[in-house]
Amino acid sequence: VRDYPVLSQAILKSASAQLRNLATIGGNPFQKTRCAYFRAEESLPCNKRDPGSGCSALNGINDRHAIFGWSDACVATQPSDPATALAALDAVFVTSHKEGERRIKAADLHTLPGNMPHIENTLRHGELIVGIELPGAAPHSAYLKLRERESYEYAIVSAAVVLDLDGDRISRARIALGSVAHKPWRLARAERSLVGVSANNNAAIRNIIDASFGDARPLTHNAYKIVLAKNATERAIRLAARASS
Amino acid sequence: MSIGEDLPRIDGPIKVTGAARYTADLRAADMLYGVLVTASIPAGRVTGIEKGEALAEAGVVRVLTHEDMPRAQNTIAGPPFAHSFLPLQSDEIRHEGQPIALVLAETLEAAEAAARKLKVRYVSATAKFPVAMTWSEIDRVALAPKNSGYYFFEPEFSKGNATQSLALAQKRIGAVYSQPSRHHNPMEPSAVLALWEGDTLTVYDSTQHVFAVQQGLAALFAIPVASVRVISQHTGGAFGVKGLIWPHEALAALAARIAALPVRIALSRANMYSFLGYQPRIVQKIGLGADKKGALAAITHDVVNLTTTTDDFIEFATEASKSLYATPTMWLRQRAERANVAMPTAMRAPVEGPGLWALESAMDELAVDLGIDPLHLRLANYAETDPATGATWSSKKLREAYEEGARLFGWRDRTHSPQRDGDWIVGQGMASCLMGTFRFPSRAQLRLRRDGTAVIETGTQDIGTGVLTIFSQIAAGVLGLPTNMIALNMGDTTLPEAGPTYGSSSTMGVGAAVLAAATEVRDKLAWLANLPPKEVTMAEGRIGRTGAREKFSIADAMEQAGESEIVGGGSFDPTQHGVGYSMRTFGAVFVEVGVDPELGLLRLRRVVGSYSVGRVVNPRTARAQLLGGIIWGWGMAAMEQSAFEPSLGRFLSKNLAGVAIPVNADIPSDITVHFVDEVDEKASPIGGKGVGELGATGVAAAVANAVFHAIGRRVRDLPITPEKLVPHSMRPKGWRRLFCGRHA
Repeated sequence: VRDYPVLSQAILKSASAQLRNLATIGGNPFQKTRCAYFRAEESLPCNKRDPGSGCSALNGINDRHAIFGWSDACVATQPSDPATALAALDAVFVTSHKEGERRIKAADLHTLPGNMPHIENTLRHGELIVGIELPGAAPHSAYLKLRERESYEYAIVSAAVVLDLDGDRISRARIALGSVAHKPWRLARAERSLVGVSANNNAAIRNIIDASFGDARPLTHNAYKIVLAKNATERAIRLAARASS
Repeated sequence: MSIGEDLPRIDGPIKVTGAARYTADLRAADMLYGVLVTASIPAGRVTGIEKGEALAEAGVVRVLTHEDMPRAQNTIAGPPFAHSFLPLQSDEIRHEGQPIALVLAETLEAAEAAARKLKVRYVSATAKFPVAMTWSEIDRVALAPKNSGYYFFEPEFSKGNATQSLALAQKRIGAVYSQPSRHHNPMEPSAVLALWEGDTLTVYDSTQHVFAVQQGLAALFAIPVASVRVISQHTGGAFGVKGLIWPHEALAALAARIAALPVRIALSRANMYSFLGYQPRIVQKIGLGADKKGALAAITHDVVNLTTTTDDFIEFATEASKSLYATPTMWLRQRAERANVAMPTAMRAPVEGPGLWALESAMDELAVDLGIDPLHLRLANYAETDPATGATWSSKKLREAYEEGARLFGWRDRTHSPQRDGDWIVGQGMASCLMGTFRFPSRAQLRLRRDGTAVIETGTQDIGTGVLTIFSQIAAGVLGLPTNMIALNMGDTTLPEAGPTYGSSSTMGVGAAVLAAATEVRDKLAWLANLPPKEVTMAEGRIGRTGAREKFSIADAMEQAGESEIVGGGSFDPTQHGVGYSMRTFGAVFVEVGVDPELGLLRLRRVVGSYSVGRVVNPRTARAQLLGGIIWGWGMAAMEQSAFEPSLGRFLSKNLAGVAIPVNADIPSDITVHFVDEVDEKASPIGGKGVGELGATGVAAAVANAVFHAIGRRVRDLPITPEKLVPHSMRPKGWRRLFCGRHA
């Protein structure tokens, strides 16, 4: 983990020390959403809990919900910090199943809600995570997690950034945002546009980030998350460029 | 150990090791577990409850609904009941989360499983919900309160012609400040165990006032007060939510009566959000008028808080404006916004807590407008006497608190412009602290035995504030005994009647009674030893004339007189002590915050709280109370809110996952709690006043003022969460109006 600051930071910012000591890296990416309607003590209309019952958050209190990839059936987000870092690292989940082993790219692990939000990932029934493979070291990487309290809290928005640098020029960028969609959200357009840009060129980086949010769609109460996500991405790029393990 | 010494909490070990027994730890023979089923609609009627499947669950004994419950023998109206409506007495539903059935089973698991299997049919009525949080909307629906026993001051107060003075003032500030509903979230959810022996009821309860529960339940069953015994060994935090009788306490006693078996109901966290009290949403409009030097000409303060459709709980935020500054004119008004919600109740810190959020924010705005130091503005309006009544203060050292706090913080060295620390912008802010002084009659008894051990007996209860320690300390100081020789017998209505544990009142009331009881014991021992009572000192298990070498051991003195035990009684009667004075506690809180506006982050960096509270009985436990208050205030400032869901008519999250409260990582180590040297003998023979709530006041305003200093943005709507700090220009049109849907 020493070679992957983005992952170690994501893990250290997850949950509490007590929970981290009991939890597993294979289990964490599969945790359920923090949507308060989904988590209510009694069954409120929720297509994840009761498919077909509707989505209470779509027109309800949705200040913490998705800005990317949501559907009328579900506006919940995937809250895992490690899953976001693993998506930015292009990690591979290795699974075991009676019908054979599979290798699933981290970005393909979770699904968008569509009209079946109770289906949250591409694992088959009875399929087990037996390993997670990380590609080469990612010394220029960072994980930034925004939340109203300092610890033991899920992100409002998080940004995982992995850079390859050639001097101060970005030769490759991978960016995944957490708590903004039903899955870790890769900013593919920004990743392409950042190639060749100086890591110190704040104005160019800002423009590239703004352009990659074209498909962001706010809900009633969460337009501020678009601003936060852009700012978090910009800051995480700066942190990643300065990082060296 | 005596008054003023730094004694660690004597109840620390039993609480840390789990040896302390709380109500939910208790079991009675053949006890039934009760689980409450609550309404899922906010208004209407229960038209049917299908019990079949629930009763089929193994271990289920009874399912009680309004059709099964015996009717109360007396009308429930006013305190000690938390509201004038007892559930399960009719089919009516007044708010979502109201109890509508009680499942009794041999195990908790069976009761919970059966509760989920009840099939309830409803007819909905039109519910009234909190309106959007704009002053015009709130003002439109606000009503003058009607008194059903849940408010304790006058809803309107005026001095001079404040409206005219405000209109004519050289400088004017007018602004609306708001805060969301917030729940108490004590670590221990409320619990009760009720059992009958014939017509005698014994109740073990998680409560702030055993005698109130006793009197209320006696009235409910129309039985003598002496036939009800209420015991509370330890209560695991309360903050106001266990001050009155809530439905589960009455329902457990009723259920135990008809089941003829002991019944224990331990509430779930969700229950705490469903039908227990909370601090309601409060919206406050403040007007300040001043001359160019900052001398106040007028304060107007118009407050509206959320309450139920039937009982008006009024949160008297205006008390802050009534008491803090020497203004020649004031106009204060309290109104109610009625809705189908559960009954609010007092929460640490009520009254001045919300009041100072608005008043001390507005004072900062005035200081900024005038271009003067916010502390200077406070000093320029210092109230030498009670501004509302003109009465003399029993004691007030707020000026010293301001000065000493400012010096400890380095307030006057702060730079006009905020400093930067990397991406953080560092700002400083301050506010005054203020709390009413509530005193209750209390009695205590002390027994001293020949072996030099003693026991304090008083009915009041331990809610975790440190009273076990300071009562021992007060008695130890008089009797010259180590505190480990003094036992406490508390939390039982068979013991001498003492006050509630709320309103920061215990030290003054019960502490004074313990002091008097210990003094009477010492006097009696002096007589036995043929010494003049006024001239003796006790130390190390011996009594002697003060300053004299000759001393008698407690054992010898008692043995010679043939006594095995000396009993002393003591009491405190607020009507006989300090009458005619205005009594308050005061303080100033200085905070430094870091703001990272691009990321919407706000973090606490350091705090100095400087307080005028009279004599401090135990600096360690007093510091813990004020420190806890400051942290509580940080929660109010930065994160706490119970979001009301308008389409479901309920608080959305009924758990601690969906409601953020501060964690250790939010609390910087650099928090200084300072006490001004002071003795207030008019408030209590102890010389001290309350410390339980004062620390929570002022903090939210100080934080908002520090945020303004840091980034020039005035946040008037709590809590100050990330969406209120990210640059405004990025928000879409209509954002604020829409966002207010969350806020109730």
